Amino acid sequence: MAVRTVLQQADIQRALTRISHEILESNRGSDDLVLLGIPTRGVMLAERIAGIIGSLEQRDIPVGALDVTMYRDDLDRHPTRTPSPTRVPGAGIDGRTVVLVDDVLYSGRTIRAALDAIGDLGRPRAVRLAVLVDRGHRELPIRADFVGKNLPSAAAERVNVRLAEIDGDDSVAIEGAAVSDTAAAGDGGAA
Amino acid sequence: MKHLLSTRDLSRVDAVRILDLAEDMADVATRAVPKLPTLRGKTVANLFFEDSTRTRLSFEAAAKRLSAEVITFSAKGSSVSKGESLKDTAQTIAAMGVDAVVLRHPASGAAATLAGSGWIDAAVVNAGDGTHEHPTQGLLDAYSIRKRLHGAGSRGRDLDGVRVTIVGDIVHSRVARSNVWLLSTLGAEVSLVAPATLLPGSIERWPVTAGHDLDAAIAARPDALMMLRVQAERMTSGFFPNEREYAREWGLSAERFARLGADTMVLHPGPMNRGLEISSAAADSARSVVLEQVTNGVSIRMAVLYLVLSGNDGTDA
Repeated sequence: MAVRTVLQQADIQRALTRISHEILESNRGSDDLVLLGIPTRGVMLAERIAGIIGSLEQRDIPVGALDVTMYRDDLDRHPTRTPSPTRVPGAGIDGRTVVLVDDVLYSGRTIRAALDAIGDLGRPRAVRLAVLVDRGHRELPIRADFVGKNLPSAAAERVNVRLAEIDGDDSVAIEGAAVSDTAAAGDGGAA
Repeated sequence: MKHLLSTRDLSRVDAVRILDLAEDMADVATRAVPKLPTLRGKTVANLFFEDSTRTRLSFEAAAKRLSAEVITFSAKGSSVSKGESLKDTAQTIAAMGVDAVVLRHPASGAAATLAGSGWIDAAVVNAGDGTHEHPTQGLLDAYSIRKRLHGAGSRGRDLDGVRVTIVGDIVHSRVARSNVWLLSTLGAEVSLVAPATLLPGSIERWPVTAGHDLDAAIAARPDALMMLRVQAERMTSGFFPNEREYAREWGLSAERFARLGADTMVLHPGPMNRGLEISSAAADSARSVVLEQVTNGVSIRMAVLYLVLSGNDGTDA
């Protein structure tokens, strides 16, 4: 099984810094901005981006977690999933610009579920999507607004995102075929 | 998790997982749309062979909040009064296409029988079988105790060292049994207080201490005091001389309630016999958890229905 590291710690840092600037540019500043990370690693990425934007703008950026387990369309295809808590910043999301943050964009089904979940939480002015890695193979008409790295991959390959907060170090690696084909079935294939 | 039949089957990890999941479900109730699409297309049948208001409504509310379809069957006015058996009733309901059966039955072991019989494929959730178990009640009581003790910091916690005293009709109480197994699995110290006639003969084998003196139990300042309902419908002979004597010896009167520790919470599974096992002073006080138990019951049942109805096999959970 071949493992190829495609992003190192410094690359991830640079990608998140660029994404932070792009978010600020497209939002024309940080007013009414809310970042919602999708567990597990999306939450950590959202917190990092909020930290970068916060230090650029000299203000606290509301950041939360949006669990999408209960909105998935594949619950019958996998063993029972245990959801993570959803945390919405105190001021809510009504009328704000929500930036969803996830580690890997793959089939798009997780984001479809996230959009449904957001609809039940309130009515944002706009929803944007930021991902660290876009590996292609979309199954739904969904695209990311902010992408750290486009990573063309075969469906049989597996993209592994590691983040220091839980994995001890930062890296993105791509594992060659001959790995279990379950990677192709789930959204993300990582996390 | 394929079925939920008994709290005895749950490990500490399983139990904490269900309670944590119920925390997530409780958060849903606070949102703009207090409903999840999770069980869309699934059908839950409530089979109630025994009277119940809150358990049936609670399961119904839980299933609906998860977007499941609900069919409700109650034995009164049904073919059961024409002599139809549990097997035939269950198979009839199953033939209408159900994914889970919530069963309340007067016979102990009815839920396990239905789950193990091969009569139906559906998941079975025990909603009270005779004097045996009522696992979702045990879970909601554990959840309510944990929530009162730890508030927003409840997630991931067990009940290590929490002292719970259960008072009243233990021998007929499925609520007591489900609580005893679950609370001790979670690390709580459980003690029972009851007239000698209302303690089961097998009590030595239970993970509890048992006594007859409510005043001594109150003086020991437990963290939680659970008053059980006096089940007149299951009392075929004289377990105690009369109601007045029961209330005097084992009822949580206003005077006893005043002696209770300021931090002691009071639970009751309902429906309450006010003036018999519990006084209004206790039931309506700020230390009473009775209404929280009802609210929490819906969250717990959402968690349980999610666990038995999602996932493609029985290996996980």
